[in-house]
Order: sequence, then structure tokens, then C-alpha cells
Amino acid sequence: MIETIAFYLFAGLVIAGGVMVIMSRNPVHSVLWLILAFFNAAGLMVLVGAEFIAMLLVIVYVGAVAVLFLFVVMMLDIDLAAMRAGFIKNFPIGIAIALILLAELGLGIGAYGAGGLELGSADGMAVARTDVSNIEAIGALLYGPYIILFEIAGIILLVAMIGAIVLTHHESKPGARARQDIGKQISRRPEDATVMKNPEYGKGVEL
Amino acid sequence: MIDIEHYLVVGAILFVLGVLGIFLNRKNVIVILMSVELILLAVNINLVAFSAFKGDLVGQVFAMLVLTVAAAEAAIGLAILVIYYRGRGTIAVDDVNRMKG
Repeated sequence: MIETIAFYLFAGLVIAGGVMVIMSRNPVHSVLWLILAFFNAAGLMVLVGAEFIAMLLVIVYVGAVAVLFLFVVMMLDIDLAAMRAGFIKNFPIGIAIALILLAELGLGIGAYGAGGLELGSADGMAVARTDVSNIEAIGALLYGPYIILFEIAGIILLVAMIGAIVLTHHESKPGARARQDIGKQISRRPEDATVMKNPEYGKGVEL
Repeated sequence: MIDIEHYLVVGAILFVLGVLGIFLNRKNVIVILMSVELILLAVNINLVAFSAFKGDLVGQVFAMLVLTVAAAEAAIGLAILVIYYRGRGTIAVDDVNRMKG
């Protein structure tokens, strides 16, 4: 009973968050609704017993991706009125296409629910174990048969990080305040940058 | 009782919302990127629902990979957006085709 209530609460809030993301007038509000949707999706995944993915959603999506969005939205000076242009014009065709897509997906889910769709069964290679926690079972898979996949995920993140840095980094002009002088940096030694202090107990450090 | 169809329906609705968001906010790249995130979230919900109800953990491993790709895509997309804004002073995507070589 309580599980059913929790499911409908989380599902309703995910969908409400999704609607508000695309309908919001202000992109900042869109990002905040997106965060709400992510949190409730994490709740859905906890309900279904996938704690690892739920925590990953909170950490990666809410903690990194949504904050990155918020950062960029607030950094760029956006003309809100111009951004909304075409919203009304695109509305009918957008709704029509969305309804068609939803009907198709509904047909698929209905066919699956009625048993008319054979999806094949799991091969038993990665049966969910009940004696260990979810994260331990996933860890055994990730560092076992799926180690290549895990390494590829790391490479993808590395490439994305280098790409983002290369794209947004621009060399500052000579004479600018925040210019990097590599020779000056590596010729700096600890003894001309730091001083050892040995303050008495209970006294502060004198600067 | 909540069974797998409930989760599939949530995933389907979220997916359609993402597609609709791309159609409605044609001018606003940031909201388009957020719609793509919604679509990937819908995919993740489906993967995790099948994984949990079929008792096979590979779905959750793949959900992690989808999450990785989503994070990488958001980082690169926003980086491109920032340099586009730096050059143009606007993020209107109507005249992006000016960069054709």
C-alpha cells in the first residue's frame, strides 16, 4: 500500500517536473524543475531496488549535470522573449507528433503487458543476487565481465573533459592580469614561498 | 500492485515530454539540451525497470553507461554553447548554419 502511494507520488512528480522543464518561461526555472525530476526518478529507482543507480542519479545528474546547466544558464545573458518565439507556432505540430509517439509507445507497452510481445529471457549470466547488496553485485559485474565497458566509460569522460577544456579555454593576451608564466611557476621553490612557524600553545599565529 | 508496465508508462511519458520539448523550444538550445537529458532519463528508467523485474543486473550496468554518456554530452554541448555565445553574443540557433564552410 505504502509502496503504491510512493510510486504514484514519485511518478507524478517526475512527470510534473518534465512538463515544467519544457513549459517554463525562464531557463533557470527549467533547470530547477529538472533537478526535481531527477530526484523523483532516483526515488523510483530506490522503489524498484536499484540503489546504486539511484545514488548515481543524485550525485551525477543533480550534483554535476544540473549544476553545470545552472552555471551556464546564469553565465549567459539570454533574451527570454526571443527564446519563446515560435513556441505557439510549433505547439500544434509538436503536440500532434508527441501524441502519435505516445500512442505508439502505448501500443508497444500494451502488447507487452498482454503477453503479445516476446522479449526473450535473461541469459542467467548476471542474475541479481539476494545475498549481497545491489552495489556489491553491480561492482562484481563492473570489475568482472564488464571491465572493458567500464574502461570505455572512463575514456568517454576523459575525452569529454579534454574536449570541454579545449573548446572553452582561450589564451589570455600578454600583459593580462591572470596570465600564466610557466617558467616563473616552475622556478618557484618552497623556501621562498613558505615560512615555518611554531606558535606556543594557546597563542595564535603571528603573521 | 505496481508492476513493470507502470514504470514503462512513466518512461514513455517522460520520453515523449523530451521529444515535445525539442519541438516546442526550437530557439532555446539550453532547453533542448535539458530535453535530451529527460529522454536519457526515460531510457534509464526503462533499463532499470526491466533489470529489476527480470532479475538481471546488466540493465543497471548499461544504465550507468547511459548516465556517463549523458554527462559527457551535457559537458560538450554546454562548452559548444559557451564558445558560440562568446562569438555571437546570442544563443539563438536559427543562424547556426552560418558556420558552414
